[in-house]
Amino acid sequence: MQPFTYVPVADAAGAAARALAGAQFIAGGTDMLQLLQENVVQPQELADLNGLGLAGITEEGDGALRLGALTRLQEAADHPLLRERCAVAAEALAASASPMVRHMATLGGNLLQRTRCLYFRDVSTPCNKRQPGSGCSALEGENRHNAILGGSEHCIAVQPSDLPVALVALDAEVLIQGAGGAERWVPVEGFHRLPGDTPEIETVMQDGDIILAIRIPAHATRCRSHYVKVRDRASFAWALCSAAVALRLDGEGRVAELRVAAGGVATKPWRLIRVEQELLGHRLDRDRVRLAAVWASEGAVTRSGNAYKAPLLQHTVERAILELGGLA
Amino acid sequence: MNAIIGQPVSRVDGPAKVTGHATYAAEFSLPGLAYAAMVLATIPRGHVRSIDRRAAEAAPGVLAVMTHEDAPRLPYKQIAQRPQVDAQSGEQLHVLQDDQVRFNGEPVAVVVAETLEQAVHAAELVRVEYARSPAVTIFDAKQGRPPSESNAKAGRVPELGRGDAEGAMAGAPVRVEARYVHPREHHNAIEPHVTIAHWEGENLTLYDKTQWVDNDRKEIAHVFGLEEGNIRVVSPFVGGAFGSALRTWPHVTLAVMAAKRVGRPVRLELTRRQLYMAVGFRPHSEQHLRLGADKDGRLVALQHDVVQQVGRYEEYAETALSPTSHLYQCDNLHARYRLVEMDTNSPCPMRAPGVVTGVLGLEMAMDELAVELGMDPLELRLRNYAEQDQQKGLPWSSKELRACYETAAERFGWARRKPEPRSMREGGTLTGYGMATAIYHSDRSGGSASVALTGNGMAVVRSAASDMGPGTYTSMTQVAAETLGLPVDHVRFELGDTNLPYAPVHGGSITMASLGNAVVAACQAVQGKLASLVRAAQQGPFAGLAEDAVVAREGGLGRADGTGPAVPYAELLRQHNLGWVEAEGSAQPGEETKKYSSAAFGAIFVEVRVDELLGTVRVPRMVGAYDVGRVINPKTARSQCIGGMVGGLGMALEERAEWDARFGKVMNANLAEYLVPVNADVPSLEAIFVPNDDRDFNPLGVKGLAEVAICGVAPAIANAVWHATGRRIRELPITPERLLG
Amino acid sequence: MPEPSQNFSLTLRVNGAEHRVAVDARTTLLDALRDRLHLTGTKKGCALGQCGACTVLLDGRRVVSCLMLAVMAEGRQVTTIEGLARGDDLHPVQAAFVEHDAFQCGYCTPGQIMSAVGAISEGRTGSDDEIREQMSGNLCRCGAYTNIVAAVRDAAAREG
Repeated sequence: MQPFTYVPVADAAGAAARALAGAQFIAGGTDMLQLLQENVVQPQELADLNGLGLAGITEEGDGALRLGALTRLQEAADHPLLRERCAVAAEALAASASPMVRHMATLGGNLLQRTRCLYFRDVSTPCNKRQPGSGCSALEGENRHNAILGGSEHCIAVQPSDLPVALVALDAEVLIQGAGGAERWVPVEGFHRLPGDTPEIETVMQDGDIILAIRIPAHATRCRSHYVKVRDRASFAWALCSAAVALRLDGEGRVAELRVAAGGVATKPWRLIRVEQELLGHRLDRDRVRLAAVWASEGAVTRSGNAYKAPLLQHTVERAILELGGLA
Repeated sequence: MNAIIGQPVSRVDGPAKVTGHATYAAEFSLPGLAYAAMVLATIPRGHVRSIDRRAAEAAPGVLAVMTHEDAPRLPYKQIAQRPQVDAQSGEQLHVLQDDQVRFNGEPVAVVVAETLEQAVHAAELVRVEYARSPAVTIFDAKQGRPPSESNAKAGRVPELGRGDAEGAMAGAPVRVEARYVHPREHHNAIEPHVTIAHWEGENLTLYDKTQWVDNDRKEIAHVFGLEEGNIRVVSPFVGGAFGSALRTWPHVTLAVMAAKRVGRPVRLELTRRQLYMAVGFRPHSEQHLRLGADKDGRLVALQHDVVQQVGRYEEYAETALSPTSHLYQCDNLHARYRLVEMDTNSPCPMRAPGVVTGVLGLEMAMDELAVELGMDPLELRLRNYAEQDQQKGLPWSSKELRACYETAAERFGWARRKPEPRSMREGGTLTGYGMATAIYHSDRSGGSASVALTGNGMAVVRSAASDMGPGTYTSMTQVAAETLGLPVDHVRFELGDTNLPYAPVHGGSITMASLGNAVVAACQAVQGKLASLVRAAQQGPFAGLAEDAVVAREGGLGRADGTGPAVPYAELLRQHNLGWVEAEGSAQPGEETKKYSSAAFGAIFVEVRVDELLGTVRVPRMVGAYDVGRVINPKTARSQCIGGMVGGLGMALEERAEWDARFGKVMNANLAEYLVPVNADVPSLEAIFVPNDDRDFNPLGVKGLAEVAICGVAPAIANAVWHATGRRIRELPITPERLLG
Repeated sequence: MPEPSQNFSLTLRVNGAEHRVAVDARTTLLDALRDRLHLTGTKKGCALGQCGACTVLLDGRRVVSCLMLAVMAEGRQVTTIEGLARGDDLHPVQAAFVEHDAFQCGYCTPGQIMSAVGAISEGRTGSDDEIREQMSGNLCRCGAYTNIVAAVRDAAAREG
């Protein structure tokens, strides 16, 4: 860990100024400290955002929910508004990390969490994301954790967070304040970038940008929703695969609104449009759900260690929809 | 007599541990303490071409940077009789003694600084250029070669057997054959390895994480060419080890060199990632079994080949064939043990080394044979019950395995098992029942202890033993309290210091069978010494009595004929103006190994639930019954057994080093990607001890407990997964890709 | 607002007492507790938030002290294992851990206990399943999990 300066900032403008001068941000610190300890990042300065007061979950006039970027994962997981109206998010948060980490980590930071790819975290090995141009060790390496969707010949690292997967299913948006003070909304689905040939660029965030809040639109809060996370042990583990589903049936039991997203299998939270299309307008039954879920792994490119994720993804999506539909 | 042995006494060191006052190796506060950090090689084989240390030396707070270019040349004297915990042939890593790189992770430099942060950062600034040589990083079982003569002499034999296995196999009416893979596993005790080295003139004190202070001292004395008398090793608490702290690792040598260089006490604590390279691990193994039986299920032939990985600079080998040699009755048996050299840090013992591997293969193969025979797996074990150790041709000193089977099966409800696989389904959840046998040979070694009876009524018992968690402090206190006739809270047991009487290694489940008897001897010695003093005195209740007229009873001394009251030790000391009286005692193995074979046994029954859609396996309950001889403390003994079950669960379902052959490196070198069980993995565990008291093995009647508790767990789970799913997963761990694949 | 700095002289409030301590910006709360304040009851197991051995309470909430910079803990209330017992009287969770033999080596134990104290105060120990889930951030390599559940259940009942 190289020496750095630390400075707390009081407002977004101050934070942006530090960032433009080369600072990186720290809030919950739960990923940043790991990256520092393993020498994956070498900031000159850490600007502490905790003074910005962006915590809390509120309901907006139109019924949308606004989640402050500095809200801690546990506080969000416990929040009645989220539990009652956006179960998929509360479930995803409750299944994230450990209670201690959930008390520290922030929602904004969770969107920005870096990959767990084994090579990204071991600085003795090549990694295009950590050191552009050095090569991707995971392609021909230990890649059982790596992505089958959204990868490129330069990177197959998984975005490891649970929450963004749920947020995609909830059609949520991220409120970003730019360095100049202008605010903009970005759909969570478009927040993370595919690695392409620049895997070091992970999101649409620009220098000096700060995440202020996440907004879950009212129509999504009227859906029923659910998160299924598959992991190697019963708790405190990254998703091998996860599925987030938000569903609204019409008065005749037909699927009127459906969004399905997957985690653990892709380089970004992965929207499963084709699965949704297969079910929209239909009544849910086991066979239809199973056949629709087969589309989940459409386009998957598997490697030596992660081929299992293709069937696992189909099955996880099937399970999540069946459980939500009361058919499991 | 107040029976203290056999009582569920709460840990005597419990209050220290739950308040944070137990002092582990890293936590000794020394004035002027400096901090060291290692630089590890990043290639699997080759040599260091150049090291640029300028930036590191110029970094704030740096006191020293040491590489092979300026490290002192150390004598690395041979120990006349290598301890069993060391590799038996080859040369241990001579750290910073040349420019060679023998494995990815070999230390190439050490940095010392005023603070931990400064040391770690300066280590990152050391720039090393390497010249890479071809490395052997792929495990190829065909490359297996026999272990060296030295290892064979130490019991890690290349072959063993009896009868005509090949011929009998050919004629066997029922045969099974299978290959099993057991991946490299890491101990991952929660306490990292750490050493504080403190020189005072020619005297060196080490605060070290070790399971054997006496050997730690001996090793460092030989590495540096020092007198053992000039070295003291202190290790009162060990935060788990499971074998990783049996031997003395290169970082201890680095800490000692670094402390000498800077003239200050130095702490060198390994990071979690470094633990995968700087200490040992359970070696990757592949095994091939063939079992032949008659139609009644009696084994007529057994062939078992085990191939394990080994480092190239020294040869660590295991007793992987031992369980096969004597677990079942079988007249025709051949077992073979081979090693595959790889460029890796050296493996080392990890809980039940070798045996847990051999049991895994044998007990999975037995389950496959039961299926082939259409026989209940438990019934198959009973039909092949070994009434004696057939390989040694000796009777067991005791064996209550049949009682283990019966007790555990009953408690578990084995009779409810439907024999067909996939027959116990509830919705998408498949339930499976599986079982396996556990065995671990019982050994003992020589050791000594001292006991001081003091005027305030206390007994202080001392030995250079270790307590990495099983409860040495508590169980030895009980043994001493019972022998002395004192309440537990009047006895204090001290350990973990080379200034104390010699103790054998704290490993291999031998501590109580070895040292417990020394504690008894020391207690009897101090009683005898006090009796001599009071008999020889001019006055007092026992003055002038004959030697056999005074005996220990009721926490003091009394007349052998039972007349008159017993006089407490403390009162006798007061009467004779003595502050304390102290004596040493020791115990050595006797002739028992010539007359008997000794082992601890167990029977493990498990239930698994498999989510067929997702390929996940959970274990709602396990029941184990154990014959471990006499149980000194059922509370701490039970904890060892449930701990073994949890370790076995990790082995079966979670643990594996993800080895990248291109780098010769474990890539998941942390606790977020190398998974060990968490609380939610472990709902219900039950451990039952069947009554036994093995006085033919040793006077205390104990056999040993730590290792047997992990044996048999993983195969029982794998067998249950077969029963649940009809899928025989022969490579651990059983993760979703194996069940979905 | 303070100026950016590499070195800080902090006041850390630990177990109700204020401690002046000089730290590097890089110093974690865990290292400050262990190496600066010599409060070594809080254990270092992985330094990456993956084992839970360094669990302390921060303003009453469970956190892993290895993932927090010491400088960011200024002005917060830190409770460590040393702050639980009242003199020789063990905290109910500590007593329950001894009674139920909820540890072997003892190294993960302070973290387990702090996590249990946090879980009980958060009201998350309502069933054995909930205790198991809530205690899953604290690894115990000796495998004392079922005893830990028994201890937490017992202590929660006594406190409740």
